[in-house]
Amino acid sequence: MDETQSKIKEFLSRFFKNHDLQPEEDIFSLGFVNSLLAMQLVAFVEKEFGVAVGDEDLDLDNFRSINAIAQLVARKRGAAA
Amino acid sequence: MNLELTAAQRAARAEFRAFAAAAIAPHAGRWDREEAIPAALIEELRARRYLGSNVPEEHGGLGRDLITYGLLTEEIAKACSSVRSLLTVHDMVAHAIHRWGSREQRERWLPRLARGEVLGALALSEPDAGSDARSVETTARDGGDAWVLDGRKKWTTFGQIAGLFLVLAQLDGKLTAFLVERDAPGMTVQPLRGVWGTRASMLAEIAFDGCRVPRENLIGRPGFGLSAVVSTALEQGRYSVAWGAVGIAQACLEASQAYARERRQYGVPIADHQLIRRLLTDMIAGVRAARLLCLRAGWMRQSGDPLAGGEVMIAKYFASTLATRAANDAVQIHGANGISDEYPVGRYLRDSRVLEIIEGSTQIQQINIPLFELQEL
Repeated sequence: MDETQSKIKEFLSRFFKNHDLQPEEDIFSLGFVNSLLAMQLVAFVEKEFGVAVGDEDLDLDNFRSINAIAQLVARKRGAAA
Repeated sequence: MNLELTAAQRAARAEFRAFAAAAIAPHAGRWDREEAIPAALIEELRARRYLGSNVPEEHGGLGRDLITYGLLTEEIAKACSSVRSLLTVHDMVAHAIHRWGSREQRERWLPRLARGEVLGALALSEPDAGSDARSVETTARDGGDAWVLDGRKKWTTFGQIAGLFLVLAQLDGKLTAFLVERDAPGMTVQPLRGVWGTRASMLAEIAFDGCRVPRENLIGRPGFGLSAVVSTALEQGRYSVAWGAVGIAQACLEASQAYARERRQYGVPIADHQLIRRLLTDMIAGVRAARLLCLRAGWMRQSGDPLAGGEVMIAKYFASTLATRAANDAVQIHGANGISDEYPVGRYLRDSRVLEIIEGSTQIQQINIPLFELQEL
């Protein structure tokens, strides 16, 4: 797990206590994901990784797992470079 | 977290306070009775750049920091909650467009909202959809060259005069947000009168009957109208309402202190009676605590903290319930005068009750705040 994935896992672990979240695990299937968490997740990605999440990124698949979020971050960083 | 305001923030507050005391507070009772605020005041708010002041500079706004923004809200609310509610809903729409609008939408709307040339309003609530926003029944369908909206919205603050409405509708069962201009064909706005809190907030009921909305006016993505677009607007609204509640509570405190010093019973000013002092003490401590929660929420929002949303809810919950208690006690301190139009505290009480209902009722905050707090345990 690289640094980006680790940071995402650390953040998500606040919401999934007592559960060792795996990189490909679907967080939406675990419950306790609501619109409040979704917006926190967007804010986390923007602050932690310095990327801007726009309306074009509003796709549940971009936030479905640690790896999906990491790939979104990588794409956004690539687009910004 | 720095608890001290900067020199610029203190100077801005002094300006807001002087304006509100001179141009708003003396007239707020009359506007309340007339159920409207005058166009001349809105023009003055425009000229002072108090509308849309949260719009970033690159889009023609002032880009006020969130603490200064809060101070503006408090000072306006202290004078008149209805005027504060104009800033609230207008800035909610601007905030949502800035956050989730396409580049074209931002370029088109934000400069105009920042100048107050067009007033924004949030058309979310319906006759049968309040706290349960997911249950909105307004529909949108693909009408070829436009989206077609059908349904009813209710309690739309400043809907009577707004020019741009952020509307939540069901598009093929997906909650979706649209920007609807006032002159959209098939849209009818009716004034909603007879409310008894924030009476001058010019509420409206809106009917969409085959209302055609340009395709480019869908904001965000289908299915994200509530979870992203409207939620973003509501967080801004909660932040504004929290500061607005501090403003009401501060107004209650100042009115009560002045009255308690002047009013004499049993041969002494009632401020000398211990039970009156107890009420004043609760107000003094409560206002300070509520303001600190607002400052904390503001600092966290300003820094982009992912947990800021929860802090805004806590600030809104505490400040709005505090405002109601403070207003209730202010009326009590004023005795029979408290229920007279000759004193403003009755208006403060009516207006404070509204704050426990809008932007997530007290009960909705009580349900949601533990979700945030549990994360940190």
